[in-house]
Amino acid sequence: MRPVYAVAGGVSKFTKARPDKTFQAVVKEAYDDALADIGLEHPAFVEQVDGSVASYFSDHFTRQLMAGIMVQDYLGLCPKPSHRVEGGGATGGLCFQEAWKSVASGHMDICLAYGFESMSHVETWKGNEFIALASDVSFDYPVGGFYSGYYAMMVTRHMREFGTTVEQLAHVSVKNYRNAYHNPYAQKRQRISLQDVRDAPMVAWPLTRLDICVMSDGAAVAILASEAGLRKLEQAGARIPRPLVKVAGIGRGTDAMRMSDRPHEDYDSFMRHYATPGEKASDETRAYYRRLWDHGCRYPGVHSFRAGRTAGNMAYKQAGISDPLAELDFVELHDAYTSSEVQTYEDMGLCRYGEGGPFAASGKAFMPGIAYGLDLPEAPLCPVNPSGGLIACGHPVGATGLMQNVFGIWQLQGAIAAHFGDPTLQVQNARRGATHSHAGTGTYVTVTILERE
Amino acid sequence: MTTKSIKPEESLGGTIVHGLPFPAELTPEALAWLRAMQPLRIEQDYHITYLHSYGQDSPWFAGLTNKVLLGNRERTGGYTYATPRGHGMYDGEPTEWVELPQEGRVHAFTVCHFGSEAFLPECPFILALIEFDGADTLFLTRLLGLNPEQASLAWIGMRVKAAFVRNAKLRPTDVYFVPA
Repeated sequence: MRPVYAVAGGVSKFTKARPDKTFQAVVKEAYDDALADIGLEHPAFVEQVDGSVASYFSDHFTRQLMAGIMVQDYLGLCPKPSHRVEGGGATGGLCFQEAWKSVASGHMDICLAYGFESMSHVETWKGNEFIALASDVSFDYPVGGFYSGYYAMMVTRHMREFGTTVEQLAHVSVKNYRNAYHNPYAQKRQRISLQDVRDAPMVAWPLTRLDICVMSDGAAVAILASEAGLRKLEQAGARIPRPLVKVAGIGRGTDAMRMSDRPHEDYDSFMRHYATPGEKASDETRAYYRRLWDHGCRYPGVHSFRAGRTAGNMAYKQAGISDPLAELDFVELHDAYTSSEVQTYEDMGLCRYGEGGPFAASGKAFMPGIAYGLDLPEAPLCPVNPSGGLIACGHPVGATGLMQNVFGIWQLQGAIAAHFGDPTLQVQNARRGATHSHAGTGTYVTVTILERE
Repeated sequence: MTTKSIKPEESLGGTIVHGLPFPAELTPEALAWLRAMQPLRIEQDYHITYLHSYGQDSPWFAGLTNKVLLGNRERTGGYTYATPRGHGMYDGEPTEWVELPQEGRVHAFTVCHFGSEAFLPECPFILALIEFDGADTLFLTRLLGLNPEQASLAWIGMRVKAAFVRNAKLRPTDVYFVPA
């Protein structure tokens, strides 16, 4: 595999509904945004780009099969090669990694990854139904198919297993909404308190409306290139921002569609197959986990995502990361729910399993320089979802994973102020970050490491 | 044959609107104005009936109509699934059918106050994952007989028993659980 650079990205504003444009035209906005960032016009870019990967989750929302080719056509990229990827909420992350593969393998020098979702064509409850069809339609969906319900079951188990509290979950909501206040691309920009989160209408106990992301219309694109691709773009007149951003590692994992089928593995199996190298090397951590198992904890059960842990371990190994909390300057992760952000802290090794709740309220995952109105005991260490995440930015499924990577690219380019018109969310001297894209109840998960050269 | 006669049959039925404001003359200014026009939105219906097969899982649904709760077991090692599965996750071989106990414990739960369109009339309702002695995996079900307004983590671990609807619909909701 050869080095792959994430050259530029573009994002449409995520919003509740975009009736003013068809989905193709919304993608065009993000595409034009990315091209403007490198100073190329479409005719010059299309001369150089080798192909693309399309990302969108549901054929139901648009009631349109083969929507990907309609975007390819609208962008003026035919007859160049393209294909669609689909993997639920992780579709965008998978798309970014498929584009990486196209370039890393030598099949393409320049690959465009584009993603979108138009979720506003149906009412929210019908959208919930479409999304719930991403659960087993024989055994899960007919019982009361509702993703917020599935995640709420996971969090009740997490609370019971580890003592996690709803106030700890609410810290995630306060953080992400407050971060998004400085992100003009975000769908929801509001300053809320822990009490606001708990006072919001209950959706699926104990998750309230402010614990849960919303449905959105939106699009995002990223341009990936090899070293030869960089030269081609620059010879065509592109201004590639320096320092370059390299894709330093990718990882993926999977798990059973039905939560009920998830294994409950013993301590030895967990340590052998899932523990991070750092966890394995620490006597204290091994003893900590032994105590958890002695108290009945099993892995992953329904409280943890082994797909996320598998993806993280794989990506960290490729990128040479042994202590993610210390070696990552930021993480953009898939916080469809406050609870899933807490679960993902653990999967990605930012803290140990069982410590996600205290980690959420510690302050380590917050941005420096923002007044959250919280009494946080520790200083920021590795901001998680500095953009505001899915909870505040919105979650147009096929675009989401790409949006996370675009925000990651901008962080590493030091270009947040230029794109947001506000420097508040720029992680100072960001050198390396991770993006995490997640599907279903943890069925497909991707982790991508981006690094400034 | 004249082209004048080639046109679709017209009717009033299905008409959305009669007469939409539009430039009377397509001058360059009028054509430019079209870019500022508000989007038109129409409703489109889509209904379909699927003939869904439960395939190799069919005996499980037949069991419910006879008030029997079935599971599957791997022939090698005995790993037991509380939700049907035709082939083993570990041995890759066809599983065998076994009868599950009709009592178990609540492993995790939630109360849905909102949901998908199909289930909105039933809100609030309780979803629960049930664990059984002798089974390695869980079973998703509805939990009845508890007050949804008094959700409590104390419900986790509660002993519950299976109950069956009188007139089976051949759906997984033909079985539900209540406190034992």
